[in-house]
Amino acid sequence: MLIAKVVGTVVATRKDPRLVSNKLLIARAMDPRGKAEGNYLVAVDTVDAGVGETVLIVSGSSARMASGLKDCPVDAAIVGIIDAIEMNE
Amino acid sequence: MQLARVVGDVVVTRKDDALTGIKLLIIQPLTPEREAAGRTLVAVDAVGAGVGEEVFFVRGKEASFPFYPAEPPVDAGIVGIVDHWTVER
Repeated sequence: MLIAKVVGTVVATRKDPRLVSNKLLIARAMDPRGKAEGNYLVAVDTVDAGVGETVLIVSGSSARMASGLKDCPVDAAIVGIIDAIEMNE
Repeated sequence: MQLARVVGDVVVTRKDDALTGIKLLIIQPLTPEREAAGRTLVAVDAVGAGVGEEVFFVRGKEASFPFYPAEPPVDAGIVGIVDHWTVER
């Protein structure tokens, strides 16, 4: 899973019927120390996340196993809001 | 499957119901020479691993199989703790 920061929202009127009433957010992957890395991606929100929050994103076919996304055409889902990250190196 | 070292953990209170009770760890994929190989990621723990240990993990939907019949939305999972490895060159 990826650690990411939510940076925006997406509004889409014309879309696959199975995406109706799902919230779409733009997130940027980041490393555990908070540094942004990699691409922005659009993810379906299943936990009521909001802009500015650090979240856990599951990608690939596993995203469809998130609550309410069975058989939905998605490849990234927000499945948790991160409270704390502890690093030990 | 890939070798990795556990370098941290993640605390997530608000999350998908299917993730309740599952430990989330930050892992750094490794080369056989113990050098970092790519970005860190968050993986679920199916074997009781802890920070500092060397492990191997699976990517993709298979990461949820150790929790069968539950189907948590996860795309990376630790499935073994490595005692030692050897590479011949």
